Parts: sequence; structure tokens; C-alpha cells
Amino acid sequence: MANLIKEKFSEGDSFLHKLDPRVKIVVALLFSAIVAVTDRSTPLLGDLLFAVGLIIIAKLKIREVILRLLVVNSFTLLLWIMLPFTFSGEKIYILNSLGVSREGIKYAFLLTIKSNSIILVGIALLSTSSIYNLVHALRHLYLPDKLVQLSFFSYRYLHTIHSEYIRLNNALKVRGFKSQTNFHTYKTYAYLIGMMLVRSYDRSKRVYNAMLCRGFKGKFWTLNHFSFKKSDLVGGIVMISCIVGLVLFL
Amino acid sequence: MKEKEVIVKLIDLSFAYPYRDYVFKKLNFNFYRGERVGLVGPNGSGKTTLFQLIMGLLKPNGGKIEIFGKERRTEDDFIEVREKIGLLFQDPDDQLFSPTVAEDIAFGPLNLRKSHQDTKKILKDTLEILGLSNFEDRITYNLSYGEKRLVSMATVWAMQQKILLLDEPVTWLDEKTIAQMIQILNNNPCLSYIIISHDKKFLKKTTNCIYLMDNGNINKI
Repeated sequence: MANLIKEKFSEGDSFLHKLDPRVKIVVALLFSAIVAVTDRSTPLLGDLLFAVGLIIIAKLKIREVILRLLVVNSFTLLLWIMLPFTFSGEKIYILNSLGVSREGIKYAFLLTIKSNSIILVGIALLSTSSIYNLVHALRHLYLPDKLVQLSFFSYRYLHTIHSEYIRLNNALKVRGFKSQTNFHTYKTYAYLIGMMLVRSYDRSKRVYNAMLCRGFKGKFWTLNHFSFKKSDLVGGIVMISCIVGLVLFL
Repeated sequence: MKEKEVIVKLIDLSFAYPYRDYVFKKLNFNFYRGERVGLVGPNGSGKTTLFQLIMGLLKPNGGKIEIFGKERRTEDDFIEVREKIGLLFQDPDDQLFSPTVAEDIAFGPLNLRKSHQDTKKILKDTLEILGLSNFEDRITYNLSYGEKRLVSMATVWAMQQKILLLDEPVTWLDEKTIAQMIQILNNNPCLSYIIISHDKKFLKKTTNCIYLMDNGNINKI
């Protein structure tokens, strides 16, 4: 959560950081869609390479990227535990009475590659822009205003709720609260969560009021217009041809 | 002498929060153009509530609110009010919601449909007047409290309104920043404003009359 809020990856000056967010959103969307429907392993491996390549171009801290991948792969680990034993197909190994199927392993393998590629491209293309720029880009891509605002405010208030939590948690700590396995701890945490929700709700109302006072009428206007440069066009075309080429020729 | 223009006229205004006793009953108050009013009173006496009623953020239980000579009742009535009267919130965290200082300050002018060129000029001027040059790209939630205060003042200032409602603009600020606030207000004689504050010294330097709000009444002192 802290990572998400600090937008760690959005600061930098690589080619991908400077690329027009609209291009990045379109490319990321296209890539995810194609990877999701592809089920042959050769093009998928190519896609994974493409994703790793983008991470390298974005000059991101490899350690941070791996930390994020660990989160995703804790879910794919579950697939590896379930799929080989439950998928019907040729049994290649018998563990006690459970058969391990070749198709199951293949399926888990493909899903692992798919999820990792999509996450990597997401990190390389989307996290290298600030949320505000992405939101503006969505507006420029003609997403309805209501959806754009919804995504912006969910993000904005996540931060508010998080800081509200830190404040309340500190208030507990300075009065000697230690979390233990007893009724007092449960009750205190219940109060904390309840108070957090009430306070964030109140704050969100006040923030909205402050916006109304500054003439907000339901539309966000952007200060910095994106300028579509030649490098954006070239970058977009190169990336899209790579993605399409991988499916067509591999 | 030409009669002074009434900006805000509250007639027999009553307000109560749900399930609580009246904050005030049949309150009458006039605020004229050119006035620099200080508003004092104990905590919970309804000072902030009064500001929110004037801005149409709360709806009264009874009485009338007239602003710029017109009765204001519906949400649409208050749109014009909000464009011409600026409200500085007590808590700067309520006011700042954009990631960068520049975007937050530009939010108001862009809502008023100023052109990009004008907005950028307003942004630059505002930052300069409030001594915040170089703050443009700072992240709003990483600012110190005093800086947040000045930036939220800047977001209101950028609306270029002649009438301001300032809710405790100097609470918890150090002396240097308070002096800066005093200078900003005194350098602009065309402003009319109401300031809620507990700081008597600050009010003495920035206002020319003081009202006390207590027990649902408002009286000049």
C-alpha cells in the first residue's frame, strides 16, 4: 500500500518516463489483451522477454520490481499447488494417490508467464507515470468523466485513509498499546477501524466541499496539456509492432 | 456618503445540526463591502458553521441568506457565491487534494474556465505574492504544516476573489509566517474579509472591527 501511495516508480527520466501516458495506456491495454488470449508458449515467452526489455529501458530498481513480482507470484504459487493435481490429462507422475497431469503443469506454467508479463509491462509503462497524469490521459482517451473521477478519488482517498490510520495507530502507541491476543486488542482494533472509516468519510465530505468552494462543477480541467511528440509516435508504433509481431510470427 | 454595498445579509437565520440543539436561532448579521471583520468566540460557538452557511455547504433550518442582494437557497444559487467569495478551510489537508502544488492552485482558475495562459500567469503571480516561488512541483502531502497553510491560502488566492472568509488562517503558525500573512492581507486594500481567529494580536493588525459570537448571538465589540 505504501508503495502504491508513494508512486515510487513514477520518478525518473528514462524514455518510458517521458513517453506520452496515452500511448503507454494504449500499449499496455493491447499487450494485456493479447497476452490474455494467447495460449501457445513460444509467443508468450517472447512477450515475457518484451516485458523484461521494457523494464530495462525504464531503468527501474530491479530489487523493487522483484519485490512486486513476489506479491503476484504468491498467487501463482497457489495455482501450482492446485492445477497439476486437478487438471485431467496424461499423468506423468503419481504422488501417493494423486496424479500429476502434463496439461495441468503446462497450464500453470502459461498462467505464470502471462501474469508476470502483464505485471511487468504494467510496471514499466503505467507506474512510470504519476496517477494524475494517467487520470488525465484516460480523460483524453474519452473515458467517461464519472469513471475517471471515480478512479482518481479512490486513489486519492486511499491515501487519506492510510494517513488517518497512521495517525490513529500512533495515538494508540503513545498511550502504551501493544497488540496481543486478548479481548482488549480486538476491541481496540475494532474501534480503530470504525473510527478510521468515520473520519475518512467526514474528511472526504470536507475535501469535496473545499472543491465546491473553488468552483468545481464535476469536470477536471488539466493544467499541463500533453503534447504528442514524434518520439511518442515512433515509440508507440515500435511497441505495438513488437506485440503484434510476436503473436503473428512466433 | 454613498451607502455601502451589503455583501452578506443574514436575516433571522437558525441552524441546528441533526439531533443537537440550535447553534443559533434568529441570527442577524450584515457584512459590507470594504469591511475587514474579525470573528471571535469560544470553541463550538458556530463560527465555522456560519462560514459554511454563507457558502451554501450547510442549509439553514430557518431564516434567509441574501448575498449580493439576492436570496440564496438552492445549490445553483450558491455557484455564483462560490465563484466570488473564497473560503479558506481550517484544516489545510481538506483543501489540498492534487498531488502537486501547481495543479492544486490551478484547480480553481481552471474551474472558472480561465485560459491555460491566464492560469499559468495566475499561478506564477500567486506563488510570488505568497512567497512560494519554487514550490510549483512540490508534492502537497509532503509539505510542512506551515507550508500547507500558505499553499491552501494560495489555492484560494488564485481564484482572484475580492471577498474572503478565512477560518483560523494563522493557528499553529510561527511568527514569521504570521507576519507574512498580515503583510499579504494589508497589501491588498481592495479586499473585504471575515477572519475567524483566536489570535487577538493578529486580528488587531488585519481587521477594523471585531464581532463576538457566543450563545447563538453575534455582536460587535
